[in-house]
Amino acid sequence: MEFISYLVNGISLGSIYALIALGYTMVYGIAKMLNFAHGDVIMIGGYVVFTSMTTMGMPTWVSILIGIVFCTLLGVVIEKVAYKPLRNATSLAVLITAIGMSYFLQNLALIVFGAGGKTFTSVVSMKPISLFDGQVTISGETIVTIIVSVILMIVLTLFVNRTKPGRAMLAVSEDRGAAQLMGVNVNRTISLTFAIGSGLAAVAGVLMCSSYTTLTPYIGAMPGIRAFVAAVFGGIGSIPGAMIGGILIGIIENLSKAYISSQLSDAIVFAVLIIVLLVKPTGLMGKKIAEKV
Amino acid sequence: MKKNVSNLNPLTKKNLITLLMCVVIFAIVQIWQASGSMGSLYQGLLVPICIYIIMAVSLNLVVGYLGELSLGHAGFMCVGAYVSSMFSIMTQNTIGNSLLRFAIAILIGGICAAIFGIIVGIPVLRLRGDYLAIVTLAFGEIIKNIVNVLYVGVDNNGVQIAIENSANINLDYANGGKMILNGPQGITGTPRDSTFVIGFILVMITLIVIMNFVNSRTGRAITAIRDNRIAAASVGINVTKYKLIAFALAAFFAGVAGALYSHNTASLSATTKNFGYMMSIMVLVYVVLGGMASIRGSVIATIILYALPEVLRQFNDNINNYRMLIYAIILIVMMIINNNDTIKDKLNIFKSKFKRKKVPKETKGAEV
Repeated sequence: MEFISYLVNGISLGSIYALIALGYTMVYGIAKMLNFAHGDVIMIGGYVVFTSMTTMGMPTWVSILIGIVFCTLLGVVIEKVAYKPLRNATSLAVLITAIGMSYFLQNLALIVFGAGGKTFTSVVSMKPISLFDGQVTISGETIVTIIVSVILMIVLTLFVNRTKPGRAMLAVSEDRGAAQLMGVNVNRTISLTFAIGSGLAAVAGVLMCSSYTTLTPYIGAMPGIRAFVAAVFGGIGSIPGAMIGGILIGIIENLSKAYISSQLSDAIVFAVLIIVLLVKPTGLMGKKIAEKV
Repeated sequence: MKKNVSNLNPLTKKNLITLLMCVVIFAIVQIWQASGSMGSLYQGLLVPICIYIIMAVSLNLVVGYLGELSLGHAGFMCVGAYVSSMFSIMTQNTIGNSLLRFAIAILIGGICAAIFGIIVGIPVLRLRGDYLAIVTLAFGEIIKNIVNVLYVGVDNNGVQIAIENSANINLDYANGGKMILNGPQGITGTPRDSTFVIGFILVMITLIVIMNFVNSRTGRAITAIRDNRIAAASVGINVTKYKLIAFALAAFFAGVAGALYSHNTASLSATTKNFGYMMSIMVLVYVVLGGMASIRGSVIATIILYALPEVLRQFNDNINNYRMLIYAIILIVMMIINNNDTIKDKLNIFKSKFKRKKVPKETKGAEV
């Protein structure tokens, strides 16, 4: 019975990773860059929702909406200011800029909100559910996280595959030059990708802060890295890969904490990643691209 | 004499200038120190700067010359730091001469890190690009994580190692049993042997070895692999072997830097900031801003970028709060200026105008 509760919690944690990983993977697919600042957008989202809920006294749903809109705009602004001038630069230059942006966001939050942890009140008011005569209790946050993530993933999949801007995103990630020749507005598509990724990060931030209630300027870094691992695990650039990778990483992390060692869970997650990449060098769902000589 | 200098191979000349630059900086710092006007803040920066120069130059071998993005360099530093620290504590009573002990500790730290480099390199170097980056990051984190759950103690029966719990070790405390590595608390009581002079000597050794290495036959093979892997393989270069050599050598020097680091602090523990990906990324920033495959660039960038936040620290509190923010903005702006084509073109036009006014010199060959 314990196993089920660990598993459900793992899926819940994994769906948060998956939401973050979607941002990484979509940006990678389209702009071919690792957006290291993505984890910090989560943190900013958490702070914005926190501020509008406590300081400004907004109702919960309005606060969440403000958080999502703010992060979406933030993502677009970051892209326009820092990444767009480097469209033709080497990927390493863009990576370092992203790291600079990550430092920037962390220190900005440090100055604006202070180093001390803030206690985030959960946005979920659902009561925990107990199953099997109280042997397994599942918190409301866990259930809401899973439901919200599943809905968002379905919507995103439909958006990418069925709508025109979504298919433009697929086209740009396949071949930017060819897409441009076919009349796709590449700049607008890249902005859209950043907007969607950052919006998802805001949702992930709210869900994460509801489950783990402390809020500090550095909370984004570690989930960011985990989600990045999840994106690579699933095959970076692949949207279903990010979802599966995120959920698997969450499950592995929770189960290894429960059954193997709580201190070694990081090492186990990374070891699994290494093994997967050695067996399948492009991740679970990644496409193998033949090299031209 | 003059003739000899002008006859030198341009590459040798370039390397000599780099070494000379280091010696001059060293001399200036020594004079500054001797004059007594150097604040304790700056004195505390000297050894760390040496550590990060060694880290940056060795990472440049992997990123700049081999062309593979490694985000796990701090992991090797961690291995070097812990192994050398444990060695120093164990032999503190046996080897009296602290200089000799420290030298052996550094060597052992470096060799262990190199062995780890080979162990990590064999599977990792099969991958390429971003996948290699993430796997090196993963290995770095694994090393950090394992060090945090490792317990090592020593007594008359020899060395005992346990994982996860200090209770797993039965040390004979009555007869001089001693806990050396105490899990997340790390190692305390490492002799503080690191000095600026030793750091400087190690920097010089690193520079000389790596400069000669990249100009050797092996080094040329490595740059050939970077420029075109398939072409290099087709002329008979064993890609895996040469990649592994570069990786192990870089890991060796990271281990040396780690030994210097651990003998500079009284208590050593592994956190994200010192041995995690944050450190690897910080060193990577030095390498990239200094210029890929430019050793002199790495040295200069490390000195400036490491000192910058610390120098900003001494201003009043108002600026002190903003120093990391300023650092981040400078980083972003520098990357954009260096890499944006439009800005670069404009800068070049500006530069050429400036030059023409001053000295109508003949155009020099393009510098590589």
